[in-house]
Amino acid sequence: MSRIGSDLSAAKRRHHAAVCAALGDETRLSLVTTLSRGEPRSIAQLTGGSRMTRQAITKHLRVLQSAGIVHSVRTGRESRFELDPQPLNELHEYLGRVSARWDQVLSRLKILVES
Amino acid sequence: MNERIEKRIELRAPQSRVWRALTDHREFGEWFGVKVEGPFVPGQLSQGQITIRGYEHVRWQAVVQKIEPESLFSFTWHPYGIDPKVDYSKETPTLVEFRLQKTAGGTLLLLTESGFDKVPANRSAEAFRMNDGGWTQQMKNIENHVAHRQ
Repeated sequence: MSRIGSDLSAAKRRHHAAVCAALGDETRLSLVTTLSRGEPRSIAQLTGGSRMTRQAITKHLRVLQSAGIVHSVRTGRESRFELDPQPLNELHEYLGRVSARWDQVLSRLKILVES
Repeated sequence: MNERIEKRIELRAPQSRVWRALTDHREFGEWFGVKVEGPFVPGQLSQGQITIRGYEHVRWQAVVQKIEPESLFSFTWHPYGIDPKVDYSKETPTLVEFRLQKTAGGTLLLLTESGFDKVPANRSAEAFRMNDGGWTQQMKNIENHVAHRQ
């Protein structure tokens, strides 16, 4: 391969794993889905319509927050939660690089076995 | 999260030929770009020096998992584990699987790399299907990138 891909620090890789892991839960994925509509929402709004308690939703939001996917903004006395697309975009790019590397090595395998 | 990379590639060569290119450590090294130091043995660490220009200082390491003749070859490793100063052994490795199927024109190779998170793939795939809206579109973008078919 002409390149293995750009160097990626261990910290970055751990962060990608954390983002992946944070998304690997149905409740958190549905919170991300709701927040991806763009509007910041309060815990009360996020709890409404779900069968979960406010405490449970708060716990899931903390996980998303620590992975940097969601952050809270204060408006008056209320905290609202907002999606930060950057970690998702970075993960997207990372998987794209791993994928491109496989394209390169597999094309060399193809040349080898077909010659 | 769809944390799995999948590739399908049709090879105009018999299954036995592709199998040799995958599992003979010298042939593997030729296309993978590494001088593997010994034969692949299930359960054992394989290592060698990368032979790609600019990366010759890098050690390649993988633990061979399964060798099922002409059908499945797999190993675990740390993708992008290319910084010699970093100890990657504490990080969760990903699983790389090569599966072969005979076709009319030769051999179909299915490659998967999974485990970019620590969540069982089935469960997160299920969660992914249950969702819609903007997130689904974003996942589609990711899929288009990672499941690019040759």
